[in-house]
Amino acid sequence: MDMKTSSGKKLGLKEKYRHMTRGLDWETTYQKREDVFPYVAYEGIKIHDWDKWEDPFRLTMDSYWKYQAEKERKLYAIIDAYAQNNGHLNVTDARYLNAIKLFLTGISPLEYMAHRGFTHAGRAFPGSGPRVACLMQALDELRHAQTQIHSLSNYNKYYNGFHDPAHMLQRVWYLSVPRSFFDDAVTAGPFEFMVAIGFSFEYVLTNLLFVPFVSGAAYNGDMGTMTFGFSAQSDEARHMTLGLEIIKFILEQDPDNVPIVQRWIDKWTWRGYRVLTLVGMMMDYMLPKRIMSWKEAWEVYFEQNGGALFKDLSRYGIRPPKWLDQISFDKDHISHQAWATFYQYGAIADFHTWSPTEDELDWLSSKYPDSFDKYYRPRLDYWREQAEQGNRFYNKTLPQLCQTCQIPMVFTEPGDPTKICYREVDYQGEKFHFCSDGCKEIFENEPEKFKQSWLPANQIYQGNCFPDGTDPTVEGFDPVSKVLEYYNIQAGRDNLDFDGSEDQKNFAKWRGMATSNE
Amino acid sequence: MSTVFIALQANEDTRPIIEAIVADNPHAVVNQQPAMVKIDAEDSLVVRRETIEELLGREFDLQELQINLISLSGHLDETDDEMKLYWNA
Repeated sequence: MDMKTSSGKKLGLKEKYRHMTRGLDWETTYQKREDVFPYVAYEGIKIHDWDKWEDPFRLTMDSYWKYQAEKERKLYAIIDAYAQNNGHLNVTDARYLNAIKLFLTGISPLEYMAHRGFTHAGRAFPGSGPRVACLMQALDELRHAQTQIHSLSNYNKYYNGFHDPAHMLQRVWYLSVPRSFFDDAVTAGPFEFMVAIGFSFEYVLTNLLFVPFVSGAAYNGDMGTMTFGFSAQSDEARHMTLGLEIIKFILEQDPDNVPIVQRWIDKWTWRGYRVLTLVGMMMDYMLPKRIMSWKEAWEVYFEQNGGALFKDLSRYGIRPPKWLDQISFDKDHISHQAWATFYQYGAIADFHTWSPTEDELDWLSSKYPDSFDKYYRPRLDYWREQAEQGNRFYNKTLPQLCQTCQIPMVFTEPGDPTKICYREVDYQGEKFHFCSDGCKEIFENEPEKFKQSWLPANQIYQGNCFPDGTDPTVEGFDPVSKVLEYYNIQAGRDNLDFDGSEDQKNFAKWRGMATSNE
Repeated sequence: MSTVFIALQANEDTRPIIEAIVADNPHAVVNQQPAMVKIDAEDSLVVRRETIEELLGREFDLQELQINLISLSGHLDETDDEMKLYWNA
């Protein structure tokens, strides 16, 4: 609570915001303005009045520190209590931990990249309002990376696969999907970065990541994750509001900005949607206690909420993102296609996969009446039968990857879930491959950027993913074991099926010790 | 018609806030979800400081909402007295 001052005169929120976010800068004199702000013009965005930028929460740094400090105190009190009380033994079952491993390796390092991106964007903008906003968001993102790593380090004491997220992000095949998404954003210009991360990711898509995920953690007894998730999410609400403000600000400044922003919205909604495939899989397959299906979450947070948003933005001449028909059709399919991929490639992943139980299959049948029984359940049944007979299937052939999103080519044709979707483009005498019309068009708009994609499967085949000093010509050379070594994935511990894993055995043993006197 | 929403953590701090929101927005629909409460409302939703203060029995700064906020949608306008969420279309 605020202390009462005796003068009785206190600035109102609006005045305080104005005083603390305006007039903090100066005109350049001995350097040219364009040399001081070299990145602000080349994207073609025209800004006439930077002071029109407003943070609707009107948050200033003094309040920011006050509330953030309180959030931190709450968070660390709970993390301590959770650790002291052996909270990890209260999760629904140890399979759940694999969702958290995916989060730690695939999401937490991106929080750090977001921190870097917002410091860069803040530096690039000549207006002090957006600079203050970028500063706060950069600090938030750094806090998220740190609090996630602190919370999850507790699991690293007991379970496998939590040991080296930053290293893995740079190397492991499926982690190139989220990594390349963020690398694409931070290497774009400052306005594109703001539309990509501030608007498309934070406003349109982040609810799908954090809200069901955090609720899922709560449902599955994971107090540590629930707490850092809620703590981060309280910042996300602010980020979403800023994301919407960014779009309004840019669009209101000049009509020439509209087509540029539209192309970014198309690109980043599609890019973000592709990355969220991982979240869909997590919700439908990796939470032992389900909260809602991917499809349901998509309908609430994208279709309903995004629908209202794009209706509102239509007055600027903005239309809904491209490829929505396909996105809408695919909500019945992508989580199943993703899980099937990870199940097959479970030998080169940093987490465990498994055959869903009978009641989990029934749940999926009920949530996906139009697709699951027809296209996906028979394959899972077959794999389970095979596993029970000792033939657990591991695919040993590396998949072809999409040049843009870097996901293996596992998605199906719009409207036909029985046929894999392939697209290709000839560019400078080379052939490039794509999983979809969306990814193909993104490449065609920026071929010089995307022709450089570091595609993990291609890099493995080129011999670039072995530890230093590896000689692939020696007799009996086993490429997979060398790739795992390069990834710092411990073969036989971090990977393969959950059934028979060290995590499974340890969790059962420790839970037994916690509930009996054996 | 477009829907706005606000989602808050379900805890002792937010109980009176949610009560205040319900009182000030008769058209709002409250959804209890695991560990959180999501309040949907057609077109707009307002959070008023005075109503919260009456229920709390102490002074309340609307920016305290930051601590327990999970998510929201719609345009936002915050002053000392109220926080409003709305769509223009």
